[in-house]
Amino acid sequence: MATADEIRELMRTEGAAVAENTQGFNTGRYDSVADLEDYEELKRAARSIKEDAIEDLPDLLDQLTETVEANGGTVYIADDAADANDYIRDVVDERAADRVVKSKSMTSEEIEVNEALEADGVDVVETDLGEWVLQIADEAPSHIVAPAIHKSRESIAELFNEQFDPDEPLETAEELTHFAREKLGEQIVDAEVGITGANFIAADTGTMALVTSEGNARKTVAATDTHVAVAGVEKVIPTVADLHPFIELIGRSGTGQDITSYVSLLTPPVDTPVVDFTDDETPLSEFDSDRDFHLVLIDNGRLEMRDDEQLRETLYCIRCSACSNSCANFQSVGGHAFGGETYSGGIATGWEAGIEGVDVAEEFNDLCTGCTRCVNACPVGIDIPWINTVVRDRINRDKDAPGEWLVDGLTPDEEDDGAPLQKRFFGNFETVAKLGSATAPVSNWLAGTTLSRRAMDRILGIDPRRDLPTFERETLVDWAASRDSQVAKPERRAVLYPDLYTNHVQVERGKAAVKVLESLGVDVVVPPAPSSGRAPLSQGMIATATDHAERVTETLGPHIEDGRDVVVIEPSDHAMFTREYERLIDEAAFTSIAENSYEVFEYVFGLLDNGASVESLSTATGAEIAYHSHCQQRTLGLEAHTVAVLEDCGYDVVTSDVECCGMAGSFGYKSDYYELSMDVGDRLRTQLRDDGVQDRPVVASGTSCLEQIDALLERQPRHPIELLAT
Amino acid sequence: MESKRASFEGALEALGVTVASTTESELEAAVTEAVTEPAVGVAPDEAVADEAFSLTETPVTVDPTPVALREATTGVTEAELGIGDYGSLVLSMTDQASELVSLFVERHVAILYEEDIQPDMDAAVAELDERFNETGGSAIIATGPSATADMGALVKGAHGPREVHVIIVEEGV
Repeated sequence: MATADEIRELMRTEGAAVAENTQGFNTGRYDSVADLEDYEELKRAARSIKEDAIEDLPDLLDQLTETVEANGGTVYIADDAADANDYIRDVVDERAADRVVKSKSMTSEEIEVNEALEADGVDVVETDLGEWVLQIADEAPSHIVAPAIHKSRESIAELFNEQFDPDEPLETAEELTHFAREKLGEQIVDAEVGITGANFIAADTGTMALVTSEGNARKTVAATDTHVAVAGVEKVIPTVADLHPFIELIGRSGTGQDITSYVSLLTPPVDTPVVDFTDDETPLSEFDSDRDFHLVLIDNGRLEMRDDEQLRETLYCIRCSACSNSCANFQSVGGHAFGGETYSGGIATGWEAGIEGVDVAEEFNDLCTGCTRCVNACPVGIDIPWINTVVRDRINRDKDAPGEWLVDGLTPDEEDDGAPLQKRFFGNFETVAKLGSATAPVSNWLAGTTLSRRAMDRILGIDPRRDLPTFERETLVDWAASRDSQVAKPERRAVLYPDLYTNHVQVERGKAAVKVLESLGVDVVVPPAPSSGRAPLSQGMIATATDHAERVTETLGPHIEDGRDVVVIEPSDHAMFTREYERLIDEAAFTSIAENSYEVFEYVFGLLDNGASVESLSTATGAEIAYHSHCQQRTLGLEAHTVAVLEDCGYDVVTSDVECCGMAGSFGYKSDYYELSMDVGDRLRTQLRDDGVQDRPVVASGTSCLEQIDALLERQPRHPIELLAT
Repeated sequence: MESKRASFEGALEALGVTVASTTESELEAAVTEAVTEPAVGVAPDEAVADEAFSLTETPVTVDPTPVALREATTGVTEAELGIGDYGSLVLSMTDQASELVSLFVERHVAILYEEDIQPDMDAAVAELDERFNETGGSAIIATGPSATADMGALVKGAHGPREVHVIIVEEGV
């Protein structure tokens, strides 16, 4: 697991370059996909092709083998890295090659083919400029698409000048690029074997697609007579026509380019003549195209992943890096913290768990906060946070139960016994909150003492620099029970879901929500209800979360049957009801709660749209306000409702567009991640301190966002519903 | 037809690719104007072009030696298709070494027949799907010059050409 010290060191050394590059790619992605009229349709098509291809994988592999061999190539399906390397070493040995040139491929990183060939005395040269920089620096890639993303121009110049001692020191990006091009150009024309990856391979014709911008893959294939393509078995798709959505999506999703400079569609062996680049007499066309082609398809755990209900979706991944670039934590620490043996970023947990093992994934799994910002970014619609949650659950189960039961009684579900103490504490926060309210204000005083904070830091890993929630003695449910409905002839009837924080900590926003709904003619009840299960789910305690989900639907079910709508204040709980519950409970119960639940502003928006009068609410005339939405709320497309209602009520609204506030529930409380959380939060702080924003009161939808903003700014934020209550 | 071509030319401009248009009879003059010497090239496919397109009346060396290729500044080849919404060129890989001529040079000059401009990527991939299924084959979808951002800023001209120029041959003129 990445510790606070390692994270701090990575932020110091690589943070700035990683932040600049990933945020540039991510912004480019938003701009580029906005130009696609049928973006969502292309994503659906891409996912559907991958779903079918993985379903039919054994047949497609047979078909592909037949077509490639009919074309004159060879197919080898390797069980694992050693098997693949043995085969490739034989090919290189048979060709008696002194030099192999290689175009960037993550699969070849996975099997570490360079080391295998170098052990045989073969000179292996990376031709992708970023990979070449890393080869010289003896470092590992930190990003799936841009491997040297963590290195600045200055550090590359320093490396080149030291390594090659050029006549004139290299300085600009142009000088560095042209120097590398010259050096590598000589080595490419002098090589016998070219190794490439393959982004997609069509089974019907044996055509592979290679997506590049530099042209090094083209040269690697054209300038050598023996081509070895290395790819995971999951890269096979049925037909050439199926390439269409991927060609449109891959560059846009990754680096924000509409399309990369080159998409090579190769059906090897290709017709290009194999020439001797030192020949000054023979015309090009008189050379033969005597070429040898080997397709090495690697299993290495993938076929087992195909049979694993939870990890299977990982195989749909097209390695575009959108999940890395859209990840707020990745933007701060990059792939050297956020990766395992080979793969990095959001989807890396699935890959590393599948091909290396859960223990490798564990090293960085906690860096996924479950914010879901990668979900809509993924061009094949993989629910990456869910894969991370499943792997977290498996990591918990691999552990022995902690011996010291300081928080005994906090684990109602024996199945989750393996979770470490810290995860059990956060996962069972419902119990803590109940106790906190029941004993407030003593609990708040006690929790705030230096002695308790030290103990919490030592035993639970809760950072002493973080303010703790202040529990209210009177919960929202108690308050609601003590008053009568204010609506005589209700237009609609609703049950307001008393989430953990609204009920025990942020009671004021709950009261405001009740009053706003009543002002708009809604009869509201606030019954006691279990917490949603978000807290245990975040800790990878799926069994406990499932238990919560079942109890929540049992509690709310009768109200729904009674014709009440479910109104939810906390966006992460609303996301549970409409997203994650699908994975946890039976279909009928999920459909019922998902279809009848509304985020509070989504509901208010609907009421106003259906004729309720904004005059019943507290309005302002041109008052300026800054609004920060919530990650999961934005994933569900619900930010716009809050903005629209606030504008209806007369506010002049500025919204933040950073990926995440950096808190994401329990994440920011943990001592190991406090500084990372604040580094991510700094991007939000900067926006909220911009000209024209710095004096605006701040409102935010999520509990954790409110806590983070409270820590980041002098201005104390509120939930926007509190602006509307009369 | 006009809209496909307009969108193609607009996309090329956005990529920094220069465009000229010409008639069949003026093609040699257009090529002569477009190349920076030394120039090498592959004559357009005989099945499409008549003798007038052999490039013999231009400064372009057809079917050069490998050393001449490496010393050349410009490479002239035909493009199989143009893709309207992306400004992409579909380059074929022939036994005349078109792939080497379009790649191992500083400046690539592509000759494209106007009728071969497809409106969008979907149509282009559908055509390639048909061709690959009938006769096999390979192609490069090339969009703008080669480029990299690996050295800390976007630089045009990484391993491949840093300049691309397209000559559109108008039909029926």
